[in-house]
Amino acid sequence: MKRAIAISTHQLSIGYTGRGGRRVIHPDLDLQLLTGEVTALLGSNGAGKSTLLKTLCGLLPSLHGDIFIEGKPLAGFRSGELATRVGVVLTERTQTGGISVYDLVSLGRYPHTGFFGTLREEDHAIIQQALITVGIADKAQRFISELSDGERQKAFIAKVLAQECPIILLDEPTAFLDVTSRMETMITLRRLAHREGKAILLSTHDLDTALQLADKLWLQPANPAENMICGTPDQLVANGALTRFFGSKTLRFDPETRRLVPVTRKK
Amino acid sequence: MNKRKLQWIYAGLSLAVVALFCGGLFYGAVHIPFKDVVQILLRNYEGKEAWQHIVLESRLPQTVTALLAGASLAVSGLMLQTLFKNPLAGPSILGISDGANLGVAIAMIYLGAASYLTTIVAALIGAFAVLLIILGFSRKVSSNVMLLIIGIMVGYLASSVIAILNFHASADKVHQFVMWGMGDFSGVSLSKLPWLAGFSVAGLLCALLLTKPLNALLLGDAYAANLGVNVRRARVLILICTGVLTAVVTAFCGPISFIGLAVPHIARLLLGSSNHRHLLPVTLLAGACVALLCSMLTVLPGSGNVLPLSAITPIIGAPVIIYVIVNRKNIHYFN
Repeated sequence: MKRAIAISTHQLSIGYTGRGGRRVIHPDLDLQLLTGEVTALLGSNGAGKSTLLKTLCGLLPSLHGDIFIEGKPLAGFRSGELATRVGVVLTERTQTGGISVYDLVSLGRYPHTGFFGTLREEDHAIIQQALITVGIADKAQRFISELSDGERQKAFIAKVLAQECPIILLDEPTAFLDVTSRMETMITLRRLAHREGKAILLSTHDLDTALQLADKLWLQPANPAENMICGTPDQLVANGALTRFFGSKTLRFDPETRRLVPVTRKK
Repeated sequence: MNKRKLQWIYAGLSLAVVALFCGGLFYGAVHIPFKDVVQILLRNYEGKEAWQHIVLESRLPQTVTALLAGASLAVSGLMLQTLFKNPLAGPSILGISDGANLGVAIAMIYLGAASYLTTIVAALIGAFAVLLIILGFSRKVSSNVMLLIIGIMVGYLASSVIAILNFHASADKVHQFVMWGMGDFSGVSLSKLPWLAGFSVAGLLCALLLTKPLNALLLGDAYAANLGVNVRRARVLILICTGVLTAVVTAFCGPISFIGLAVPHIARLLLGSSNHRHLLPVTLLAGACVALLCSMLTVLPGSGNVLPLSAITPIIGAPVIIYVIVNRKNIHYFN
């Protein structure tokens, strides 16, 4: 599949503007997110992964620089239009316990339906397909509150699928999931990227799964002065970037096993 | 959602509204035989003028008022609960009723014999002032429980200002205001009714038009924004709508507690779903039912005495809230 640029940034500076002035979390980001790929964003807590994701989809204003969605400046999108290009799965607390999985997923059709949000035949078909794709169709009539964490995450991914956006950003979609659900979720996302050509960017702490199943890695350093490191897992293992990125006093990245191992002191 | 169940709920509630509405016309402090009430309503009555007056000038406007006020308060409570992401929000808890109360107090005590429009406008200003204060705090205070407490505090502040105003007012004005403060569906005469009806029907229609963004807000502001909702505008529209509904009811009927807080829960428990497409109409109908019921319960059977409304609404509302809190682990919309 031909790769195209889904999101690109030019000298993007992310952070917050508050009472204490600007807090720059990362200046000068030049990134390219490609279609047909799963990109995993790795970084320690507080490195600003969520901030980056929220800035890229317009939920947080950028401090400086430009973001282009499919070549068009982010600022040039109307909110309803952007909603059909970029979909998100966040870590926000929701009050969706009292609605069914089907209702939740149908909210993904929001940008596509009319004033009252009435679902047409084709909307129902799309919702059904989204439920099948993430493997939660059998739970369609269950309440969100009845779901396990993994199922809940799947329901929100189904919601973003029903939104039918070519670009999907997910903030820690595999946190709180057990090993199987984690892998399953990643495999689902990978299939979506590879088969349907979606551009998928997800933040994660799960190095193993990311190395195994992501097409690209973005390593976001906690220190704003350092650059974001981008590349395929193989490249980043080979050129030692991962070793440098995860090196600490007690841990090191072992390129052979592609794992973090404790530092053994040489005697 | 099961279609059959939905139809039953709508049918049952509509029937209950009609039954309670009729009940309100036929049952009251003064006993009037069934046949006579029917004749009076059909304008085909040649008996006691007093009875005719009671049915047409007192019972009819009172039941219509109860119906409208109940629906308005319940819907406004539901919208506040969704907006503040807090199932324990409501017009009286968040101090909005107290704000309206204060507005009315100022109008009554300082502007003399205030016209209805002045009273409504004063109530609106008071309600909006509190709404804005709460909204301002909602940006700084992320905890919902803390926000509720702030709402309660703002309500107390409004009450204390009212107390200070009362201290300086003449005795008859204070009496007038205290009576109004008891909450009453019977204070609206047939001639005032169009004002109440106009505002509350308009507010309820606006609420129905907000169904789609209300559902999106269940996902939280960020998700809603990602779905293309203009969150700021949606929030302002919802607040205006709830402000109008609460203020107009408070201006005409006095502060009425618990209907706005409890009825959305009754509706959710009945419906089993928080999807506003059905939750909003069901809340509206249930609100009308509960208010009509409360209105009837104010009349003590046999004695001909009438209790203040504020004595009745907590009896129905408080147990619902306690039930919901105790069982919250098993109630879907709490989790």
